[in-house]
Amino acid sequence: MNDTQETILKVEGLTKHYGGVHALQDASCEIRRGEHVAIMGDNGAGKSTFVRQITGVEQRTAGKVVFDGREVSFPGPLAAREAGIETVFQNLALADDLDVPSNLFLGREKVLFNLGPFSILDRRGMRKATEEGLMRTGVKIPNLNNSIRNMSGGQRQCVAIARTATFPSKLTIMDEPTAALGVQETAQVEEIIRTLKESGESLILVSHNMRQVFDLVDRIIVFRRGRIVANLNKEDTDGQDVVAYITGAKTGAEYAGAA
Amino acid sequence: MSDTAHGVGGLTFDAKKRSVPTELNVFLALILIVVIFEILGWWMVDNSFLFNTSDRIDTLFNIQRIKIMILQFSIIGIIAIGVTQVIIMGGIDLSSGSVLGAVAMVTMSFAQASEVNGNPNPRALFLEQGWVDLPVLVPIMVGLSAGALAGFINGFLIAVTRIPPFIATLGMLLSARGVALWWSNGNPLSFPTESYKIIGAGMMPVYIFLFIAVLFGLIMKYTVYGKHTYAIGSNEQSARMSGIKVERHKILVYTIAGILAGLAAIVLSSKQETAQTGMGVMYELDAIAMAVIGGVSLSGGRGSVLGATIGMLILGVILSGFIFLRLDAYYQEIVKGAIIVGAVVLDQWRQQRAMAR
Repeated sequence: MNDTQETILKVEGLTKHYGGVHALQDASCEIRRGEHVAIMGDNGAGKSTFVRQITGVEQRTAGKVVFDGREVSFPGPLAAREAGIETVFQNLALADDLDVPSNLFLGREKVLFNLGPFSILDRRGMRKATEEGLMRTGVKIPNLNNSIRNMSGGQRQCVAIARTATFPSKLTIMDEPTAALGVQETAQVEEIIRTLKESGESLILVSHNMRQVFDLVDRIIVFRRGRIVANLNKEDTDGQDVVAYITGAKTGAEYAGAA
Repeated sequence: MSDTAHGVGGLTFDAKKRSVPTELNVFLALILIVVIFEILGWWMVDNSFLFNTSDRIDTLFNIQRIKIMILQFSIIGIIAIGVTQVIIMGGIDLSSGSVLGAVAMVTMSFAQASEVNGNPNPRALFLEQGWVDLPVLVPIMVGLSAGALAGFINGFLIAVTRIPPFIATLGMLLSARGVALWWSNGNPLSFPTESYKIIGAGMMPVYIFLFIAVLFGLIMKYTVYGKHTYAIGSNEQSARMSGIKVERHKILVYTIAGILAGLAAIVLSSKQETAQTGMGVMYELDAIAMAVIGGVSLSGGRGSVLGATIGMLILGVILSGFIFLRLDAYYQEIVKGAIIVGAVVLDQWRQQRAMAR
């Protein structure tokens, strides 16, 4: 198998200790190009820790991360984004006083004339791209010119997700994107995730929602007490099975003795 | 109005419920204050505040009063444009008045004439060195550079050592005043060259202020610089996660605020044809007051150069209004303090109302 062609992310022996706490132990997995993978597990199982090591928010204690055929060690989330990993963090990273287009293009504004820091913004171009991007992802926003401070939690979440969906990336990571959302808003976010699948982008989805996971992803990786305990194809498993792995009633054969 | 003009996804949008821009509110406040002084004028001193009542001059408005009103605050207004940007970015600049004082001293020392009425200039600091009668470009460049240096130090301290802007610029407030005293051992510097006097002569300060206000009004609205300034003030952590080089931008904004304080120093020292160590004392507070009265939020992210400009006019109207009503100067300070506090209270109230809607 040609690694660089087939695998977008490969993690080997990823380990993170916070002082004496072993938050993540020897985690290894692979994510193929265009594949959507869910990460499940109880609170404190190491899901968010895993995400933080990959996106460079924290520096790992040990292990190897190969992204897009290259061994990487991102000094920060920005470097990860520049390499092609878009992340929707739980705190969303939005600027409340700016309107929707400004937030979508925050840090990578379209420019008419390049004059260094005083480059003239392409306001019309950004607005148009925003409308197209939101239209494509099915997000409903009543007024693009409003600052997002006045928007509902769901709308803000949609803006944050539309931001990652508007820019082509190699891998998108979403950390519990629907945790605080209502039924309709959740459906909207899931719709955006489907559009990512259609455009062939890989996705890591951290979620507690079993129905959502089975609706959206190809494969489920289960974390328990800082270790990966199962790596299941959606077709080969069901909800009860996954719960058994999460709670510790079962452990994957290849991970036996791990936890 | 069709909702697609504003939004996407077929949601209805009530255009009537759109919030009124802060600048409009501030402008209405300005008009209200002028009207109050007009009424008080007829009642207390039997004269019009705004309109011309003299038969000798053929104008509708009292041009003289309006000119003085704008002129007396246009120099602090130049500072306020820089301070406005700093506050929008979520920072504060307490040093601008002292920086003005220091830069005025440094600049004037390079702007002095060699002779006054045929005698050697008694106030010339660099007479022995022969640094007199220099082309006007020299003091201008020296002044702007000195201001930029002070602003850069502010920005560097805040961005790199991460001390609060309040502390960093408080340090600069004291140090810059020290520089002003040290530069000429406390002596005033006077008698600039004829070409230097032109910079602040007549209504020039107003024209310079207008140019700066329009320039930065456009920059804040239409450039990446402005967008990033608002973004950092709105949520610094988000701005950083979004890839904005927050530290570099902070240094840039504080440097620009310093340059504008330097420009104000040039204009003021030219207008007064002298530089004294006490120049610009408390100007920083007037500049902050203008911004806050004009709707610039001290918590960052909101406000505009236009708002700060209207805020400047409000302060100008109130102070000349007090002189017009022949009230003591003490009242001015009391009322000024009350207005600043009132403006912040109003801002808090606006924020809470925006949340509730």
